Amino acid sequence: MDKIDQAVLRTMQDGIPILKEPFAEVAKKIGISQDEVIARLKRLVNDGVIRRFGVSVNQRKVGIVANALVAWRAPQNRVEEVGKAMSNYREITHCYERQIIPEKWKYNVFTVIHGYDQKSVKQFIERLSKEIGLKECLVLFSVKQFKRTSVALLNHSYS
Amino acid sequence: MTASKLNEIDKKLLQLAQDQFPITKRPWATLSNKLKITEEEVILRLKKLHKEGIIRKIGPILEARKLSLCASTLIAMKVPEEKMEHVIDIINEYKSVSHNYLREHEYNLWFTITTSSKEELRRTIEEIKRRTRIPDTDVLDLPTSRSFKIDVRFQFT
Repeated sequence: MDKIDQAVLRTMQDGIPILKEPFAEVAKKIGISQDEVIARLKRLVNDGVIRRFGVSVNQRKVGIVANALVAWRAPQNRVEEVGKAMSNYREITHCYERQIIPEKWKYNVFTVIHGYDQKSVKQFIERLSKEIGLKECLVLFSVKQFKRTSVALLNHSYS
Repeated sequence: MTASKLNEIDKKLLQLAQDQFPITKRPWATLSNKLKITEEEVILRLKKLHKEGIIRKIGPILEARKLSLCASTLIAMKVPEEKMEHVIDIINEYKSVSHNYLREHEYNLWFTITTSSKEELRRTIEEIKRRTRIPDTDVLDLPTSRSFKIDVRFQFT
């Protein structure tokens, strides 16, 4: 990623304008052509620097208000298989392996599941448990959201 | 407003713009062709959805790990009710804290920290523990060993 890529991403960090040619404004600010902005974006997507380009929806505003962090206990030799299998479900937005703390915390696979209500999320968890073949899990519904921002802030300096 | 109250075209538009955004000079025109409405109507609908806060933003979602933000953890704390507001304010101050939620468990406060080095992560955690005065026994530090999936998208249609 070169300096112009950084400039492209920085200029777009608050989003593109909803105007007929949204990339024209970005191009103008940086001093390159629209075609170049578009080519660079496509390459950044290809390289995986941009995980996704598109609309970010505030799911809570469309009624998707149930949010469960579900911690699973998978035998260590199944973690990779479980992680990959769970990742195939669209309902699961995040899936991580985390370290256990002996005597204190035994769950090693974490998933985040969103849904319209707790009932449908619970039903999904039950189905998931059967399909993946894991019985031990801890369901932690969110009660309140105190902060939710994007991880990669562009005023963070990176090389 | 709920997704059931969004009309069919709004739902289809959101789904397409979320899942298959066309990175072209006139993205709204491309979307309008798929939806069989005019470009102007796409623009109007998107502006309305954005104004109502249903659309947070339209743009790039970056892969933190590709930007060398590779040290991350999930922290869970047992926070007594009378300390909650004070503790939340301290934790939310940190740019490296992206998510912070109250959850249904004896460990009731759950937040994520993402930094560019293990050292920075360690320092941040120590500072938060010191400033919030939550004892070690009431803190779970659950570092990420492996990230299988991060894909925050939803189904509207």
